[in-house]
Amino acid sequence: MTELRSLSQQELEEKLDDILCAALSSRRSAAAIAAGIAPLPRAQQDFVLAWAEVAAQNVAELGYQFTAQAPQALALLGRGGTEKWLLAALDAYDKEGLYPACAALKDLAGFKRRADAAGAGVALAEVARVLELFLRGLAGRRLQLEASDETWTDTGTIFLPERIARHSERAQNFRLYKAIAVHHWAQARYGSFNLDLAPVLAAYAVPERALAWFNLLEAIRLESQVGRGFPGLAALLAALRGELAPGLAAAQARLAHAESSVAHSVALLREFHALPLPEPFPYMGSLYPQRAAEVRGERIAKERRALYTELEQLRLALQAERPELQDGEAALEVESSFETLEFELQIDGEAVAPPEEVARLMRSIIQDFGEIPEEYLLASGPGAYAPDALAQGEDASGLAESRAEGGRLYDEWDFRRRDYRKDWCVLFESEVLPGDPAYVAGVRARYAGQIAQLRRRFEALRGEDRLARRQHEGEDIDFDALVEAYADRASGIEASERLFVQRRRIERNIAAMFMVDMSGSTKGWINACEREALVLLCEALEALGDRYAIYGFSGWTRKRCDIYRIKTFGEHYGEAVRARIAGVEPRDYTRMGVAIRHLSGILNEAEAKTRILFTLSDGKPDDFHDGYRGDYGIEDTRQALLEARQSGIHPFCVTIDEEARDYLPHMYGPASWVLIDDAGQLPLKTAEVYRRLTS
Amino acid sequence: MSGPQALRRLDADLDRIEAEPYYEPIGSEVALFEAAWKSRVPVLLKGPTGCGKTRFVEHMAWRLARPLVTVSCHDDLTASDLVGRYLIVDNETVWMDGPLARAVRSGSLCYLDEIVEARKDTTVVIHPLADSRRILPMEKRGELLRAPDEFMLILSYNPGYQSVLKELKHSTRQRFVAIEFDYPRADLEAKIVVSESGINLHIAERLVKFAALTRNLKGGGLDEGASTRLLVHAAQLMQRGVAAHAACTAAISLALSDDPEMLAAIDELASAVF
Repeated sequence: MTELRSLSQQELEEKLDDILCAALSSRRSAAAIAAGIAPLPRAQQDFVLAWAEVAAQNVAELGYQFTAQAPQALALLGRGGTEKWLLAALDAYDKEGLYPACAALKDLAGFKRRADAAGAGVALAEVARVLELFLRGLAGRRLQLEASDETWTDTGTIFLPERIARHSERAQNFRLYKAIAVHHWAQARYGSFNLDLAPVLAAYAVPERALAWFNLLEAIRLESQVGRGFPGLAALLAALRGELAPGLAAAQARLAHAESSVAHSVALLREFHALPLPEPFPYMGSLYPQRAAEVRGERIAKERRALYTELEQLRLALQAERPELQDGEAALEVESSFETLEFELQIDGEAVAPPEEVARLMRSIIQDFGEIPEEYLLASGPGAYAPDALAQGEDASGLAESRAEGGRLYDEWDFRRRDYRKDWCVLFESEVLPGDPAYVAGVRARYAGQIAQLRRRFEALRGEDRLARRQHEGEDIDFDALVEAYADRASGIEASERLFVQRRRIERNIAAMFMVDMSGSTKGWINACEREALVLLCEALEALGDRYAIYGFSGWTRKRCDIYRIKTFGEHYGEAVRARIAGVEPRDYTRMGVAIRHLSGILNEAEAKTRILFTLSDGKPDDFHDGYRGDYGIEDTRQALLEARQSGIHPFCVTIDEEARDYLPHMYGPASWVLIDDAGQLPLKTAEVYRRLTS
Repeated sequence: MSGPQALRRLDADLDRIEAEPYYEPIGSEVALFEAAWKSRVPVLLKGPTGCGKTRFVEHMAWRLARPLVTVSCHDDLTASDLVGRYLIVDNETVWMDGPLARAVRSGSLCYLDEIVEARKDTTVVIHPLADSRRILPMEKRGELLRAPDEFMLILSYNPGYQSVLKELKHSTRQRFVAIEFDYPRADLEAKIVVSESGINLHIAERLVKFAALTRNLKGGGLDEGASTRLLVHAAQLMQRGVAAHAACTAAISLALSDDPEMLAAIDELASAVF
């Protein structure tokens, strides 16, 4: 690895003296420049020296200015950018002379700005959605992307540069984004953090250096792991990193086998840690093992609980089916493959295909551990059934008074008891206080184009003319019916008189109840989006003619559950309703079950063939203090939805909670919910989802 | 012999399945189906599009050596389309059996694909056939057709469509034994792609891997991931010399979405495996 050794300051100074001699004097030596270049990896040093020669061949002063700024330029622009920056200055020298050329070199920041603006650069914002979808496909779980000065991942979020402008072509810059994303996804997928690094690094004299080496060895290992399943991605990474130096190529050969894990990289670290560091691959970032471990730990704990709950239900379902298992525990077994993330779940020797959400959960766990740890399958579990958090003897005082104030009592489902708590919640219905009367007009103006489009689409739905056949009268003759009537008469049967076709609008006969989350967590941006979503919904629904009502919900313990009227079924979408939409504001918590029960009641009074309960929400059920948070709230909400479904209502949920995938399928069932990534899409998406739901 | 009768004969010939349709069992569905057929209980097939429901029915018809009548339901399909109608031929009326009546008479398997798409009045003829009565009332002819033991009614239904107007009523679904379908396990799916397209196993495995990546996007912007059918299409294109990436775009990506960003993401996923 000697060829990778960086040149010392002394050696550099000698070389620079040669190259720049004409620009140096007794007062101006190359020592300071050499000091700036000395910390760079050898490859970059060679790069600087080579270009310094080119520049100095024109005029030595340009070489001097270039080398003085080169370390900064490399950090800011990368190699490709640095080349372009120098070439632009040489151009200026050819055309305008030395002074403008030096000025061009000094204006490094300006060059970067212009280069970025020139359009070759790619901003994260432009490509974030594509990358996110791409990563979701790869990972099978959501990885967030965030812009940051430093590139790294905590295994839940990947931090990437806000903009990449290293290459002169957009496609190249996008490729780099993709490679960065892939590399950091691979760190989580192939277990770079599945080991406590702190003690490993502490054993080395220079832990930072050891970490940098570890990062590099891991990059080499990950590339070959990625290549096993995704040759296209490995080729991308390989193309960007370029040829490996012989020492590293040897490491690659040793890390390339199928079972190589993070432990192998750690083992190799012993041989490499003292060697000079080569330049990192362009797609590599920093490593923060501690922070990654924290996020990973949180995820593990959460998924363990979730898996436990789900498996417990599978177990119970199986026991209900096969009573002979009642006493003995059903034994769970899982065989899984880290490479393909496939697994086979057996309950009591019988292969079971778990619901999609459980499968997703299990794949995520296999990614973190390489398998489903055995203790995850034990029935004792991680104490998910914590001691009853609800104070059983909680006094019932206050309920009576609440009722006197006009509250209505509702039962609530306690999943631990498998029974209802009778008259447990008090619900108050009131009207939303009107807000700014000009608000809706403002939103309508802002979304004028989209509203027009929405209305057109919804009108198309309404005007879905159908040819009603076999009518007593109509615009045209129904030939099928005519032939049939003729035939009937000929065979002695009484011929029908319904011989016409009629274009007719099919009566939709739908009543929709919109249930809007007014909990405190919607404060700010989400609330603004919700209100806009309501305006757009109303505009669209007016075009459609479906009957609809809008209510908000919130709550503060079981003694104070609130429902806020925004629009009743009978009400017209007029000034009063508009002012109330403007008045929708965040209140307290999200006690959902009782709200669903109350609104289902109202919805069931509406005359319609199809009834839809449409929830707009930003998170899972939650309430303050009395144990509603977590499983209890989710199970109660689920129960309330089951009740609604039994009464003939179709519940549906639109949410922006990223974690919704973990609990929504359980609450709403499959195909009854939509997750929207970005609150900003809520206004347009909500109406669109409703359209699709009812067409 | 007049026209319609000749027509009928032709149809009956088409109903028979001569060669074994290729089908790779995923679980115990073959045994379940056979048991249901022997018990004269109708079957409801649930599952996403393109996972092999139709092929399964064809295979079973061949296995049980019964003719198969398939009806793809659409929103204008009425009960009389299924039962039959009078036609006029040479100034005479001739009764023409609909596909369902034809299936009942011949003791065939009758497969109503995507039944939720059909008009609601079809339940009138489906219900009496699907319970213990096993009769088909033919109002027009004043005839009650009693189904022979060999007859079987099969419905298919995709519960993944998010439209409340397209749900199967309980009174209907509770008459059926349900068999749930899903995409096959990776190794099996690769095997299916190989047998259907003749492509080599290595490429089939990559296609299956690609499908799994798109299925990860279900619920995150895609309504459905790539189905086995789409994989077979892509493999067939490749067999005819289309480059892997182009075949994936044409046969899979573009079939899944119209959203340009989603398409870009799916294309990137394709380039990850190829």
